[in-house]
Amino acid sequence: MKIGFYPGCSLTGSSREYNESVVALAKALDIELIEINDWNCCGATAAHVMNEELSLSLPARIMALAEAQGLTEVVVPCAACYNRLKVTQHELEDETKRSSVVEILKLPYKGDLKIINVLQMLEAYGTENIKARVTHPFAHKVACYYGCLLVRPHSILKFDRVEDPQSMDSLIRGIGGTALDWAFKTECCGAGFSVSRTDIVAKLSGNVLKDAYERGAEALIVACPLCQSNLDMRRGAINKSLETPIDIPVIYITQAIGLALGIGAKELGLKRHFVTVEL
Amino acid sequence: MTENKNKVSDLQSHTGVEVMRCYQCGKCTAGCVLASEMNFPPSYVMRLLQTGSKENYDKVISSNSIWLCLNCENCLGRCPMEIDIPKMMDYLRTQSISENKLHPDSKPILAFHQSFLNSVKYTGRLYEVGLILDFKLRTFRLAQDIAIAPSMYLKGKLHLLPERIKDRMSMKRIFAKTIETAKTTHP
Repeated sequence: MKIGFYPGCSLTGSSREYNESVVALAKALDIELIEINDWNCCGATAAHVMNEELSLSLPARIMALAEAQGLTEVVVPCAACYNRLKVTQHELEDETKRSSVVEILKLPYKGDLKIINVLQMLEAYGTENIKARVTHPFAHKVACYYGCLLVRPHSILKFDRVEDPQSMDSLIRGIGGTALDWAFKTECCGAGFSVSRTDIVAKLSGNVLKDAYERGAEALIVACPLCQSNLDMRRGAINKSLETPIDIPVIYITQAIGLALGIGAKELGLKRHFVTVEL
Repeated sequence: MTENKNKVSDLQSHTGVEVMRCYQCGKCTAGCVLASEMNFPPSYVMRLLQTGSKENYDKVISSNSIWLCLNCENCLGRCPMEIDIPKMMDYLRTQSISENKLHPDSKPILAFHQSFLNSVKYTGRLYEVGLILDFKLRTFRLAQDIAIAPSMYLKGKLHLLPERIKDRMSMKRIFAKTIETAKTTHP
């Protein structure tokens, strides 16, 4: 299986372990990732808060480049990038918006690229096929945390259930783990306030972590670099806001599956987390 | 009164949001993770806009509510009328900037967005070290995150030099033709 690949900025910097685990897992599953040439930042929250046309033009350039490269399907592991690309594609169905963006970009844009997140890539590969390759069953109780951007807005993303998504839970069961039923699957972690309002991130991420911990989770499983860095890198600030400090790790779904397939902790970037991972 | 009616219809023509469709069930406020920190929670913002007075419109764009909104989209996900409150919040923020009615809580949030976009404009990608330094200079929060920076570096999470895309001219052009020609450029 061959598929286009948009890593996005976080995966080249503070969340490089997500990139490492996506690449290692794809290799183990014989999925060939073809990176989009000269890709740029999707603009994230900053662009759509500041200027609508900018927030559409940045993702449109990425998709135009992918189209020019002959790609038909692109996997976007970062939930924020995935969301921006999908929303842009939807907004650019409007003829006026599309022609004004094409005029800015000076690149042809068709808008028929299939954009998928990492969970969809793994689902397409097949839970059964992954199961068949498990050498080290992931015998842990975990809370699968989807956050906001993977599932909302449902009318555009059309991915999984909006209040109680299941795709990550079933991948976890496929590798021998137990996915707990819990209440904060799709509550916001504080997202882009990590730097500007760390106090808010500490409070919101604290709520998420506390519920998972109280239900007996040994780890949180995520598919978004913003969620991961808020829950892991901001653990010091979170624990200051909690009565009792919590030390369960937060790992990517690609790392959990990688471990089950016998890929080494170092190759999966598990040494780069702030909260030590002993799973 | 007339002026505000125009503002609410401007809001509708830019975002497609019809404020009168809200029947005040309060599900948005119940699901909003930051409702308790806001001057007015989301359903209250809707009600203020529905009243049609200029005073209430100004209250909304001068409030911290529009800046604290994280665009997590829980409100939209649960709204029985599928009113796109997050899209409306984006629009109200640009109005707050252009009418210079910024709530003090907007300062660090706007500074972060400005620093972020600066990095994208010059390199085509997010340069995290540059973003943090730029943010510190804008907000004078010089000591922030000093404690975690060394571990980030040791864990290989900080690139000291930026990654640059080849076609940086395209970034210049995109910025020049969008945010730099809009009146919302300088908050």
